[in-house]
Amino acid sequence: MALLEVSNLGIAFGGLQAVDKLDLRIEQGQLYGLIGPNGAGKTTVFNMLTGVYKPTEGNIVLDGRDITGLPPARISQAGIARTFQNIRLFDKMSVLDNVKVGLHNRYKYNMLTGILRLPAYREKEHEMNREARKLLKIFELDKEEKLTASQLPYGKQRKLEIARALATNPKLLLLDEPAAGMNPNETAELMNTIKFVRDTFHISVLLIEHDMSFVMGICEYITVLNYGRELARGTGKEIRNNPNVIAAYLGGDD
Amino acid sequence: MQFLSNLIGGVSLGSVYALIALGYTMVYGIARMLNFAHGDVIMVGAYVVFFAFCSGGMNPLLAILIAMAVCTLLGVTIERIAYRPLREAPSLAVLITAIGVSYLLQNGALLLWSANPRAFTSVVSIPPISLFGGRLTIPGNTLVNVVVCLVIMVGLWLFVNRTTPGHAMQAVSEDRGAAQLMGINVNATISLTFAIGSALAAVAGALLCSSYPMLQPTTGAMPGIKAFTAAVFGGIGSIPGALLGGILLGVIENLSKAYISTQISDAIVFLVLIVILLIKPTGLLGKKRVVKV
Amino acid sequence: MLQRIKTMRSSTRSNLVTYGIVLGFYAAVQLLNAAGLLSSAFIGQLVPICAYVMLAISLNLTVGFLGELSLGHAGFMSIGAFSGVSFWMATQGRIPAWLGVLCALVIGAVCAGIFGLLIGVPVLRLEGDYLAIVTLAFGQIIVNVINALYIGIDARGLHISLKDAASLNLAEDGKVIINGAMGITNIPKASTFTLGIVLVVLTLAVVLNLIHSRAGRAITAIRDNEIAAQSIGINLTKYKLMAFIISAVFAGVAGVLYALNFTSLVSRRFDYNTSITILMFVVLGGMGSIRGSIIAAAALTVLPELMRSFGMESYRMLIYAIVLIAMMLFNSAPAAIEWRKKTAQKLQGVWAAHKKPAGTGSGKGAA
Repeated sequence: MALLEVSNLGIAFGGLQAVDKLDLRIEQGQLYGLIGPNGAGKTTVFNMLTGVYKPTEGNIVLDGRDITGLPPARISQAGIARTFQNIRLFDKMSVLDNVKVGLHNRYKYNMLTGILRLPAYREKEHEMNREARKLLKIFELDKEEKLTASQLPYGKQRKLEIARALATNPKLLLLDEPAAGMNPNETAELMNTIKFVRDTFHISVLLIEHDMSFVMGICEYITVLNYGRELARGTGKEIRNNPNVIAAYLGGDD
Repeated sequence: MQFLSNLIGGVSLGSVYALIALGYTMVYGIARMLNFAHGDVIMVGAYVVFFAFCSGGMNPLLAILIAMAVCTLLGVTIERIAYRPLREAPSLAVLITAIGVSYLLQNGALLLWSANPRAFTSVVSIPPISLFGGRLTIPGNTLVNVVVCLVIMVGLWLFVNRTTPGHAMQAVSEDRGAAQLMGINVNATISLTFAIGSALAAVAGALLCSSYPMLQPTTGAMPGIKAFTAAVFGGIGSIPGALLGGILLGVIENLSKAYISTQISDAIVFLVLIVILLIKPTGLLGKKRVVKV
Repeated sequence: MLQRIKTMRSSTRSNLVTYGIVLGFYAAVQLLNAAGLLSSAFIGQLVPICAYVMLAISLNLTVGFLGELSLGHAGFMSIGAFSGVSFWMATQGRIPAWLGVLCALVIGAVCAGIFGLLIGVPVLRLEGDYLAIVTLAFGQIIVNVINALYIGIDARGLHISLKDAASLNLAEDGKVIINGAMGITNIPKASTFTLGIVLVVLTLAVVLNLIHSRAGRAITAIRDNEIAAQSIGINLTKYKLMAFIISAVFAGVAGVLYALNFTSLVSRRFDYNTSITILMFVVLGGMGSIRGSIIAAAALTVLPELMRSFGMESYRMLIYAIVLIAMMLFNSAPAAIEWRKKTAQKLQGVWAAHKKPAGTGSGKGAA
């Protein structure tokens, strides 16, 4: 059984059908790409998968469980984590705390335990610090843990966002333009990191990206969206040679 | 007949609320901020009219024109100094700044003009109309409030929908970034919005104090908050909404004063606000906005 | 491991300084008072100072940490004050005074907390400006309703009316507790400076421990980015409500403390202006800085007296307003933030250049 099965997904804003009849099937451990010209509805798909928007049609099934229309917090608990196209970190919190918030639902103690500083507080905080530092180390952010998130340079902010998403222990990680604004060296490094993360955490990754060499270099399977509908799907090679895709990109509004 | 009289009183008060609500609704719709100080601009306008007309003996229309000029200048200056630098700042910061401006105006007025209430002479000299053989009297103030409010509403609606600066306002309200890219001067448009809102505040101040002839530095605060309620009630950003919300609120307030209790009539008005915000935060005529992620 | 101890220490150290300031203030007042160096006007301000410090700390939880503007904090204060003091009046002479005060504080806390819940559930769904307006409206409703509220007690129990004292229909032995706009009168004073400091330390302990815990991180995360907080599984309603209710509870306790310091209590004292004054303490002390709230609340409560002696009393609110606007512009305007960054870099540059000739190695570290 596939990890994520999306069938006939659609959403309309007012009269505009932003996404229509979309099917997606992401296997366990797969690196999946979602591409398409600007305005094709890629981020809208992410927003439906993570509960920010409620789909007007269709189903989203994660690991055999129907999660269609659940609120974002519940979907996170069900096992989908994401990053955002325009980075959304907790700017005034420390780098370490950004990741620790991500651990929120994995290391629990209640409010009174925290206020009264009961033994469980120290124990859980200790475990959270350890786990958070482990994640920071993977993204080479361990030296900056005391800085606030807003003090990090752009590239590191993108990494911190991924670390925070991973802290929720997802089954599926959604990355919205992870390589945006990175130079070729950073992009290459990011490709390795994503593969490493997939292998270490045994998760699937669905990503939106405009950098074609990045998508072709990393994604095992790709869906192309255009005007909210699926234009093509297949491996990188199949997509590259698909005449519809070439036409959409050359004649498109991008 | 008593009921009708209370109803008419409510419409009269509501017309003034509607005028004030216009200032809130335009600024909220276009600059995306709650201009907390708007009520205090009304107070300043009323003081100018007081000194020019009530104690200065000037022609009332001229006095109101002067007050409009002063308030316009005040509104634009406030926007330029306190609000414009915060245009890209979090809304919390803008709101607190606006509260600061409101306090500044109130306390400035307190220093300049003292806390002593001034007895305001009505700017209206039209005699009351007697109907049904004298069983129903409509005061001149009421007639003027309603007529002025309607004329301004229509005028403003035409301005926003039929003129180039009006279209610019609509564009900025829709999407500030896109409007800027289309060559619209966003800062000038917002300044114009504050200018119009503040000029109307002066008119509202004169009418408010003509109906309730007591003027103090805090005079504008409560009507200001209630008028914001009216703006939300009608649907923030909508000119007909301000009219509808203002009138309804005025009627609700007057009727609860007459039939429930004078003491808790304010509580009832605020309760209405809370209920509306909870049930229909977009108001009666407002549009829903989608948050971009 | 070493890192961990270091971070733990820096936040703990900072908290200790905060507690130290409060206890140091207490000790200093006691010493100066024993030496007879304090004016009676200042001594009269001690309990209000404690109450305002509690109010500022608790409001900071909502404004500085949750990032929602509440303009009705005085409303919660007033609910605490009237419920706690009503109990205090009703039980005069029936239970020991210390128990009466304790119960009054608890009742004030619980009542304010219940209202926090009742208001918070619907209101916290609203965004930014609307939330501010609704809390303001709520505060006004409380003042209005209490102003028209009559409560009396006799052998048959409590009597409540919104009309007048006569319609309470009290028996011969009954007494009116809340008398409409006259409020509560002839209150036996019970607040002391020591009680105030104990309550301040309690507030401080709860709020500081909360914000350095899992729940506190969730609250701060919601402030910084609501959408991102949801995306990592944080239940917005739960944590918003938690912050809001805790904030209301301590406002209620502060209300009881404040009210038991005076012989009479009227609801007008807790109107919109009081809410704004508390907000000023929070903003001037720095949103998100508990220590700042304490210092600002204490200093600005004493300041009017001080200014009066310099004959500047009438300018006080004007100056507050100007400072408030200036601070918001300086702290939040993008241009000002940019300017501060640049200036800091420039200063660092000067510093580095200054250091270089002295020690070649250390210049690099400073950059």
